[in-house]
Amino acid sequence: MQHTDRRDFLKLAGLAGVSFTAGLFPRHRAAAQGSDFHFVQFSDTHWGYKGPANPDAEHTLEKAVVTVNGLAQKPDFIVFTGDLTHTTEDGKERRARLQRFKEIVSALSVKDVRFMPGEHDASLDKGEAFKEFFGATHYTFDHKGVHFIALDNVSDPAARLGDEQLAWLEADLKQRKADDRIVVLTHRPLFDLVPNWDWTTADGAKAIGLLMPYSNVVVFYGHIHQEHHHMTGHIAHHAARSLIFPQVAPGTAPRRPPPPPFDASLAPLGTRDVAMGAKVTMTELPVTRG
Amino acid sequence: MNRRLFAALLIGGAAGGAVRLLAQPANEVSVAASKFEFTPDTVKAKVGQPLTFVLTSLDRIHGFKMPEFGLRTDIVPDRETRVSITPTKPGAFVFFCDIFCGDGHEEMSGTLVVEG
Repeated sequence: MQHTDRRDFLKLAGLAGVSFTAGLFPRHRAAAQGSDFHFVQFSDTHWGYKGPANPDAEHTLEKAVVTVNGLAQKPDFIVFTGDLTHTTEDGKERRARLQRFKEIVSALSVKDVRFMPGEHDASLDKGEAFKEFFGATHYTFDHKGVHFIALDNVSDPAARLGDEQLAWLEADLKQRKADDRIVVLTHRPLFDLVPNWDWTTADGAKAIGLLMPYSNVVVFYGHIHQEHHHMTGHIAHHAARSLIFPQVAPGTAPRRPPPPPFDASLAPLGTRDVAMGAKVTMTELPVTRG
Repeated sequence: MNRRLFAALLIGGAAGGAVRLLAQPANEVSVAASKFEFTPDTVKAKVGQPLTFVLTSLDRIHGFKMPEFGLRTDIVPDRETRVSITPTKPGAFVFFCDIFCGDGHEEMSGTLVVEG
């Protein structure tokens, strides 16, 4: 099904949300008419959260697993871009949440799953518990000619990548050609989305600076619990919806408000299908709350 | 208690408070950080007048960041941390904790109100 139009496919399956096609990878030769492959992004599942923003919190993740398992064309792999669990100061409870989260997502029929931490998972113990369950917090992998780089901007509670990781990133990028297709996965935005809400990465500009010489770079992240698209030069940054509660739109108040109480009219929760080809096409996959 | 004596103690207490306030320079303000708030969470200043925040933490390490002033610092327990600014325009400016400190960290913020 290499040449299937992903949007048409999803519409036929009755699962399609809004599609967003970005004119990315501008210098990538458009040899294929359709997608080279696709993957699904989960983000901000916050397992363990209890509160008015999602009365159905115990079941939302399970519903998303069912939704993604129902895709007739299975993704090649799945990525989780952080905040797998909701924070707790109790290390034992943190591990219990990570364990339960792992059990729930083990029901995914696609078994190639990549995990990343968010600050709720990792900032209180510098990623110690996360590593016990899911291994390294930053890493690379390659898939069908695309180089993926998972960056950790949360294990440091001050939201820094840090000099060591930046040096690691620089060394990895030196092995790439200038027009290689590169996908960066991260939890927090690398750019200054809303500095007054701390929707940024303290040294994210350094990472963007290292990526800037490469012509085909796209970033997928989470943290802000809503779909959002932004360009820093030729590099596109796409934020994903959450699977626990939406946040208010960026910069709409001087101080960041708490998440609004559950309201069925709010933007839905969901996951995202990403089709990778000469262009990148994102299709949101809503999950109903309540 | 004797009513007159009680009144005298009250006045003395109030005066003592005033003395304590006067002992701190007018351009300093003490702000205490704790999970998950700053006390006070509203600070007033005037355009052109230097202001020094005297920051302390009551529990753990916190951060203090004011992006519009290019200012950030750690607030470490058992230590006073002093940072100074000189506002150049009126308005309301946010300060917040930028070191993740638990469930409630996201709401740990305050406002500097600068009057012309």
